[in-house]
Amino acid sequence: MADQAIAQSQPKQLQLLKVLGPAHIWALGVGIVLVGEFMGWNYAVGKGGALGALIACWVIGLLYTCVAMIDSEITSTVAAAGGQYTQAKHMIGPLMAFNVGLYLVLAYTMLEAGDVQVAGQLLQIGAGNLGHDIPWEPYTVMTLAILAFINYRGVFMTLTINFVITAAAFASIIILVIGTQPWNPGAVLLHKDLLTGLPYGWIGVLASLHFGIWYYLGIEGTCQAAEEVRSPGRALPMGTMLGIITLLIAAALTWYVCCGLLPWEYLGWDNELAPLYDAAHVTGSPLLTVILFIGTLFSAIASANGCINDASRAWFSMGRDRYLPTWFGAVHPRYRTPFRSILFLIPIAAVFALYIPLAQVITFSILSGLLNYTFMPINMWKFRRMWPLGSIKRGFEHPFHPLPAIVLFVLCTVTFFAVYLGYGRQLLAMMAFYIIASCWFAFYRYRYVKRGDQFTMPWPRPAGY
Amino acid sequence: MWQFMTWVAWAVSAALILWMFWDFVSVNRRYSEDMLLSSREGVDDLFGETSKTKGN
Repeated sequence: MADQAIAQSQPKQLQLLKVLGPAHIWALGVGIVLVGEFMGWNYAVGKGGALGALIACWVIGLLYTCVAMIDSEITSTVAAAGGQYTQAKHMIGPLMAFNVGLYLVLAYTMLEAGDVQVAGQLLQIGAGNLGHDIPWEPYTVMTLAILAFINYRGVFMTLTINFVITAAAFASIIILVIGTQPWNPGAVLLHKDLLTGLPYGWIGVLASLHFGIWYYLGIEGTCQAAEEVRSPGRALPMGTMLGIITLLIAAALTWYVCCGLLPWEYLGWDNELAPLYDAAHVTGSPLLTVILFIGTLFSAIASANGCINDASRAWFSMGRDRYLPTWFGAVHPRYRTPFRSILFLIPIAAVFALYIPLAQVITFSILSGLLNYTFMPINMWKFRRMWPLGSIKRGFEHPFHPLPAIVLFVLCTVTFFAVYLGYGRQLLAMMAFYIIASCWFAFYRYRYVKRGDQFTMPWPRPAGY
Repeated sequence: MWQFMTWVAWAVSAALILWMFWDFVSVNRRYSEDMLLSSREGVDDLFGETSKTKGN
């Protein structure tokens, strides 16, 4: 009887819940990225000096503005989980889609691992400042378990929490800027004394582009929520564009405060974990130090939370289309989340968080992200050719096409060279991994893909087909 | 105190992971695979079916 009652009460089809608005999209995009303002970008200072890091902030900011514009247009039309993976499936083909799906899952899972590792280590540092020596591993595992639990139980709660802690982390940067009296140059901020030109010349500036990615890495993650947004055509472009504007402001403020308080030799040092927190420490204000400690911790937690959400959606979409075992394409009947994908990726993130050094984990994430950005200009070009303006309804039409696509492609090429300068072996190893995975997909997995079943969008036939 | 907090962290982690595992097993047992795998992209869950019905 109970089984019959359950069977009768089951809906005909389980879908991810459409409950999100523009604020959640902003929280997802900025939440994943903002941790890069609190740590990581400062290695650009070590490569190119303070001014080199500022140039990287602008150049990579332009790269990500192009990413945000292109994503806003395509995702407002391809409103499905999987983001760029789904776009690649419609615009280019299965092999590209499989690779893009892997880029996404790897980029977000590795970033998630780095974030929870940092969260645990921050708590260890905080306890150390109070005179207590504690291990970081239990707190890393606890952070991951709590975030996995929240993600498992529903997307609305997950991204509402992300909105609150991301806004708090962003506010902490603003409070630090105000606390350093930028209207009174020389009182606290010492740019005149600390800015020293380009210590390694323009090759240093080029090398710094690699770490400039930290300022913005992950804003493209807003696309993963496309299937769970109430009004994709409105919320996705609005959330994404507001997100990139927020990040451009946060990046500029972060550079301004840190480079006005800390010498570039210290800021770019390998062991400098949290530059904004250290900048607050240098002001001598205990209140600012506590606020920036909380801001740094919140930013790491928000980033890990968003990454669990995004990695699981990309994995889920690939399972649903049979690019991976279909088992991963399941939706929880009560919480309407991709629960199997969430649970499958959590142990992988835990292993990387506990056993792989932070710099290695983040490099994997950056390289996968960069490969994804290089695909986007080709994607945009094909999208406009296959479905020209007017042929399908778009929530957002980005201006000056094809200029943003060309700029994005050129900047990605330059940044690849910058990455090769510092992490050539990792870049080549990563490429080898994707080539082997592509062979597996092409010669084994593709036989299980039902080509017709993947395309369920009510779109007209593309131009030329 | 701090040693106690560390044990609490392990205990909270274990409790949450066990709960998720329990729920995962119970959902897989209670619902058919056809139902769990019925999701399709491009389908509006909250308004699509309703608006189509009204439109017809």
